[in-house]
Amino acid sequence: MTLDDIKVILGALSLTGRGDMEIDIGRAYCADLMSDVLAFSVTNSLLITGLTNAQVVRTAEVADIKAIVFVQNKRPDIQTIAMAEAKNIPLFVTELSMFDTCGRLYERGLRSQMGPTV
Amino acid sequence: MTVNSDGVFFLTGKDFANAGSASSNLKGILEKRGIPAEIIRRASIAAFEAEMNVIIYAVAGMMHYTITPETIKVVLQDMGPGIPDIGLAMQEGYSTAPDYIREMGFGSGMGLPNIKRNADKLTINSVVGEGTTVEFVISLERSGR
Repeated sequence: MTLDDIKVILGALSLTGRGDMEIDIGRAYCADLMSDVLAFSVTNSLLITGLTNAQVVRTAEVADIKAIVFVQNKRPDIQTIAMAEAKNIPLFVTELSMFDTCGRLYERGLRSQMGPTV
Repeated sequence: MTVNSDGVFFLTGKDFANAGSASSNLKGILEKRGIPAEIIRRASIAAFEAEMNVIIYAVAGMMHYTITPETIKVVLQDMGPGIPDIGLAMQEGYSTAPDYIREMGFGSGMGLPNIKRNADKLTINSVVGEGTTVEFVISLERSGR
Protein backbone atom coordinates (compact mmCIF):
# COMPACT_ATOMS: atom_id res chain seq x y z
CA MET A 1 0.00 0.00 0.00
CA THR A 2 1.46 3.37 -0.98
CA LEU A 3 1.11 6.66 0.89
CA ASP A 4 -1.09 7.82 -1.97
CA ASP A 5 -3.39 4.84 -1.37
CA ILE A 6 -3.52 5.59 2.36
CA LYS A 7 -4.34 9.24 1.71
CA VAL A 8 -7.25 8.29 -0.53
CA ILE A 9 -8.58 5.55 1.78
CA LEU A 10 -8.63 7.95 4.75
CA GLY A 11 -9.68 11.05 2.84
CA ALA A 12 -6.61 12.56 4.46
CA LEU A 13 -4.88 15.88 3.94
CA SER A 14 -1.09 16.18 3.54
CA LEU A 15 0.50 18.52 6.07
CA THR A 16 3.94 18.25 4.56
CA GLY A 17 4.83 19.30 1.07
CA ARG A 18 7.49 17.03 -0.26
CA GLY A 19 8.03 13.33 0.24
CA ASP A 20 7.63 10.33 -1.97
CA MET A 21 3.95 9.36 -2.12
CA GLU A 22 4.85 6.09 -3.83
CA ILE A 23 6.68 4.69 -0.79
CA ASP A 24 5.37 1.23 -0.01
CA ILE A 25 3.99 0.96 3.52
CA GLY A 26 3.90 -2.63 4.67
CA ARG A 27 2.85 -2.30 8.30
CA ALA A 28 1.10 0.05 10.66
CA TYR A 29 1.10 0.71 14.38
CA CYS A 30 -1.39 2.74 16.35
CA ALA A 31 -0.81 4.31 19.78
CA ASP A 32 -0.77 7.49 21.81
CA LEU A 33 1.98 6.10 24.04
CA MET A 34 5.31 6.83 22.39
CA SER A 35 7.15 4.26 24.50
CA ASP A 36 4.80 1.62 23.13
CA VAL A 37 5.64 2.81 19.63
CA LEU A 38 9.35 2.56 20.45
CA ALA A 39 8.87 -0.92 21.91
CA PHE A 40 6.52 -2.54 19.44
CA SER A 41 6.47 -0.79 16.08
CA VAL A 42 8.48 -2.07 13.13
CA THR A 43 10.65 -0.25 10.61
CA ASN A 44 9.21 1.34 7.49
CA SER A 45 5.74 1.41 8.98
CA LEU A 46 2.92 3.93 9.33
CA LEU A 47 2.16 5.48 12.73
CA ILE A 48 -1.47 6.31 13.50
CA THR A 49 -1.85 8.55 16.53
CA GLY A 50 -3.95 11.20 18.23
CA LEU A 51 -0.92 12.83 19.79
CA THR A 52 0.44 15.88 17.98
CA ASN A 53 3.53 17.09 19.86
CA ALA A 54 7.12 17.23 18.61
CA GLN A 55 8.01 13.98 20.39
CA VAL A 56 5.80 12.09 17.95
CA VAL A 57 8.07 13.15 15.08
CA ARG A 58 11.19 12.37 17.15
CA THR A 59 9.75 8.95 17.93
CA ALA A 60 9.07 8.31 14.25
CA GLU A 61 12.60 9.37 13.39
CA VAL A 62 14.38 7.10 15.86
CA ALA A 63 12.06 4.16 15.17
CA ASP A 64 12.44 4.45 11.36
CA ILE A 65 8.72 5.09 10.86
CA LYS A 66 7.98 6.28 7.33
CA ALA A 67 4.89 8.46 7.82
CA ILE A 68 2.39 9.63 10.46
CA VAL A 69 -1.41 9.94 10.30
CA PHE A 70 -3.05 12.17 12.90
CA VAL A 71 -6.65 11.19 13.58
CA GLN A 72 -9.76 13.14 14.53
CA ASN A 73 -8.56 16.21 12.63
CA LYS A 74 -5.83 16.91 15.21
CA ARG A 75 -2.99 18.99 13.81
CA PRO A 76 0.53 19.47 15.12
CA ASP A 77 1.93 22.99 15.42
CA ILE A 78 4.02 24.57 12.68
CA GLN A 79 7.36 23.80 14.39
CA THR A 80 6.48 20.12 14.53
CA ILE A 81 5.46 20.12 10.87
CA ALA A 82 8.72 21.87 9.98
CA MET A 83 10.70 19.24 11.89
CA ALA A 84 8.92 16.47 10.00
CA GLU A 85 9.67 18.22 6.69
CA ALA A 86 13.34 18.46 7.63
CA LYS A 87 13.46 14.77 8.52
CA ASN A 88 11.48 13.78 5.45
CA ILE A 89 8.62 12.19 7.40
CA PRO A 90 5.31 12.89 5.63
CA LEU A 91 2.41 13.91 7.91
CA PHE A 92 -1.29 13.45 7.20
CA VAL A 93 -4.43 14.43 9.02
CA THR A 94 -7.79 12.67 8.75
CA GLU A 95 -11.18 13.53 10.19
CA LEU A 96 -11.76 9.86 10.96
CA SER A 97 -11.53 8.51 14.50
CA MET A 98 -8.63 6.28 15.43
CA PHE A 99 -10.93 3.26 15.32
CA ASP A 100 -12.23 4.05 11.83
CA THR A 101 -8.76 4.95 10.55
CA CYS A 102 -7.38 1.59 11.63
CA GLY A 103 -10.50 -0.21 10.46
CA ARG A 104 -10.39 1.17 6.94
CA LEU A 105 -6.68 0.47 6.50
CA TYR A 106 -7.06 -3.03 7.92
CA GLU A 107 -9.96 -3.70 5.59
CA ARG A 108 -7.73 -2.79 2.66
CA GLY A 109 -4.99 -5.16 3.76
CA LEU A 110 -2.65 -3.17 6.03
CA ARG A 111 -1.55 -5.10 9.12
CA SER A 112 0.41 -4.52 12.33
CA GLN A 113 3.80 -6.04 13.05
CA MET A 114 2.12 -9.10 14.56
CA GLY A 115 -0.37 -10.12 11.95
CA PRO A 116 0.22 -11.99 8.70
CA THR A 117 1.28 -9.97 5.67
CA VAL A 118 -1.48 -9.53 3.14
CA MET B 1 35.69 3.18 8.93
CA THR B 2 37.60 1.72 11.83
CA VAL B 3 38.63 4.72 13.90
CA ASN B 4 37.08 5.37 17.28
CA SER B 5 34.91 8.40 17.77
CA ASP B 6 33.30 9.96 20.77
CA GLY B 7 31.39 13.05 21.79
CA VAL B 8 29.00 14.54 24.26
CA PHE B 9 25.59 16.22 24.16
CA PHE B 10 24.31 18.39 27.00
CA LEU B 11 20.72 17.96 28.13
CA THR B 12 18.50 20.44 29.97
CA GLY B 13 15.70 19.21 32.19
CA LYS B 14 12.15 20.10 31.02
CA ASP B 15 13.45 21.38 27.68
CA PHE B 16 10.78 19.50 25.75
CA ALA B 17 11.24 21.56 22.58
CA ASN B 18 14.69 20.02 22.11
CA ALA B 19 14.00 16.66 23.73
CA GLY B 20 15.26 13.98 21.40
CA SER B 21 17.74 16.16 19.51
CA ALA B 22 20.76 14.46 21.11
CA SER B 23 19.49 11.03 20.04
CA SER B 24 18.68 12.41 16.60
CA ASN B 25 22.25 13.72 16.27
CA LEU B 26 23.65 10.42 17.48
CA LYS B 27 21.55 8.61 14.88
CA GLY B 28 23.06 10.83 12.17
CA ILE B 29 26.59 10.07 13.39
CA LEU B 30 25.90 6.32 13.33
CA GLU B 31 24.43 6.58 9.83
CA LYS B 32 27.54 8.37 8.60
CA ARG B 33 29.65 5.48 9.85
CA GLY B 34 27.64 3.06 7.75
CA ILE B 35 26.44 0.98 10.69
CA PRO B 36 23.57 -1.42 9.77
CA ALA B 37 20.11 0.16 10.02
CA GLU B 38 18.73 -2.35 12.52
CA ILE B 39 21.60 -1.65 14.94
CA ILE B 40 21.17 2.11 14.48
CA ARG B 41 17.48 1.73 15.26
CA ARG B 42 18.22 -0.13 18.50
CA ALA B 43 20.85 2.42 19.57
CA SER B 44 18.61 5.38 18.68
CA ILE B 45 15.59 4.01 20.55
CA ALA B 46 17.67 3.24 23.66
CA ALA B 47 19.31 6.68 23.52
CA PHE B 48 15.97 8.44 23.02
CA GLU B 49 14.32 6.72 25.99
CA ALA B 50 17.33 7.51 28.18
CA GLU B 51 17.39 11.12 26.94
CA MET B 52 13.66 11.53 27.67
CA ASN B 53 14.25 10.25 31.21
CA VAL B 54 16.83 13.00 31.78
CA ILE B 55 14.55 15.68 30.28
CA ILE B 56 11.54 14.47 32.30
CA TYR B 57 13.12 13.86 35.68
CA ALA B 58 16.47 15.63 35.98
CA VAL B 59 17.66 19.22 36.22
CA ALA B 60 20.39 18.61 33.68
CA GLY B 61 22.53 15.87 32.28
CA MET B 62 24.81 14.75 29.52
CA MET B 63 24.91 12.01 26.94
CA HIS B 64 28.38 10.73 26.13
CA TYR B 65 28.90 8.30 23.28
CA THR B 66 31.88 6.21 22.25
CA ILE B 67 31.89 4.31 18.98
CA THR B 68 34.58 1.72 18.28
CA PRO B 69 34.69 -0.92 15.55
CA GLU B 70 33.25 -3.37 18.11
CA THR B 71 30.67 -1.42 20.12
CA ILE B 72 28.49 1.64 20.57
CA LYS B 73 28.63 2.77 24.19
CA VAL B 74 26.30 5.50 25.47
CA VAL B 75 26.46 6.94 28.98
CA LEU B 76 23.81 9.29 30.33
CA GLN B 77 24.69 11.02 33.54
CA ASP B 78 22.21 13.32 35.21
CA MET B 79 21.69 15.60 38.17
CA GLY B 80 18.27 14.36 39.15
CA PRO B 81 16.21 12.84 41.93
CA GLY B 82 17.77 9.37 41.58
CA ILE B 83 15.91 6.06 41.47
CA PRO B 84 15.10 4.62 44.92
CA ASP B 85 14.34 1.10 43.65
CA ILE B 86 15.94 0.20 40.31
CA GLY B 87 14.29 -3.24 40.26
CA LEU B 88 10.88 -1.60 40.45
CA ALA B 89 11.80 0.99 37.79
CA MET B 90 12.79 -1.86 35.45
CA GLN B 91 9.28 -3.34 35.61
CA GLU B 92 7.21 -2.63 32.52
CA GLY B 93 4.40 -0.25 33.39
CA TYR B 94 5.92 1.09 36.61
CA SER B 95 6.25 4.87 36.46
CA THR B 96 6.44 7.87 38.75
CA ALA B 97 5.83 10.36 35.91
CA PRO B 98 3.29 13.14 36.50
CA ASP B 99 0.18 13.44 34.31
CA TYR B 100 1.54 16.17 32.02
CA ILE B 101 4.37 13.85 30.99
CA ARG B 102 1.87 11.08 30.24
CA GLU B 103 -0.11 13.51 28.12
CA MET B 104 2.99 13.90 25.95
CA GLY B 105 3.03 10.17 25.32
CA PHE B 106 5.77 9.29 27.78
CA GLY B 107 5.95 8.14 31.38
CA SER B 108 4.11 4.91 30.72
CA GLY B 109 6.74 2.88 32.52
CA MET B 110 8.37 1.49 29.40
CA GLY B 111 11.52 3.65 29.27
CA LEU B 112 14.10 1.55 31.11
CA PRO B 113 12.59 -1.75 29.85
CA ASN B 114 12.85 -0.37 26.31
CA ILE B 115 16.52 0.48 26.83
CA LYS B 116 17.15 -3.04 28.12
CA ARG B 117 15.25 -4.55 25.20
CA ASN B 118 17.47 -2.77 22.67
CA ALA B 119 20.86 -2.89 24.37
CA ASP B 120 23.24 -5.80 24.73
CA LYS B 121 24.33 -4.55 28.14
CA LEU B 122 22.69 -2.08 30.51
CA THR B 123 24.11 -0.72 33.77
CA ILE B 124 22.23 1.69 36.03
CA ASN B 125 23.76 3.42 39.02
CA SER B 126 21.68 5.81 41.03
CA VAL B 127 21.97 7.80 44.24
CA VAL B 128 18.74 9.27 45.59
CA GLY B 129 18.99 13.05 45.75
CA GLU B 130 22.09 13.17 43.55
CA GLY B 131 21.48 11.59 40.20
CA THR B 132 21.50 8.60 37.92
CA THR B 133 23.97 7.14 35.45
CA VAL B 134 22.61 4.90 32.72
CA GLU B 135 25.16 3.13 30.55
CA PHE B 136 24.31 0.87 27.66
CA VAL B 137 26.40 -0.97 25.12
CA ILE B 138 25.38 -2.30 21.73
CA SER B 139 27.63 -4.76 20.00
CA LEU B 140 28.62 -4.16 16.38
CA GLU B 141 30.10 -7.58 15.90
CA ARG B 142 27.52 -9.61 13.99
CA SER B 143 24.04 -8.68 15.24
CA GLY B 144 25.14 -10.11 18.63
CA ARG B 145 22.45 -10.04 21.33
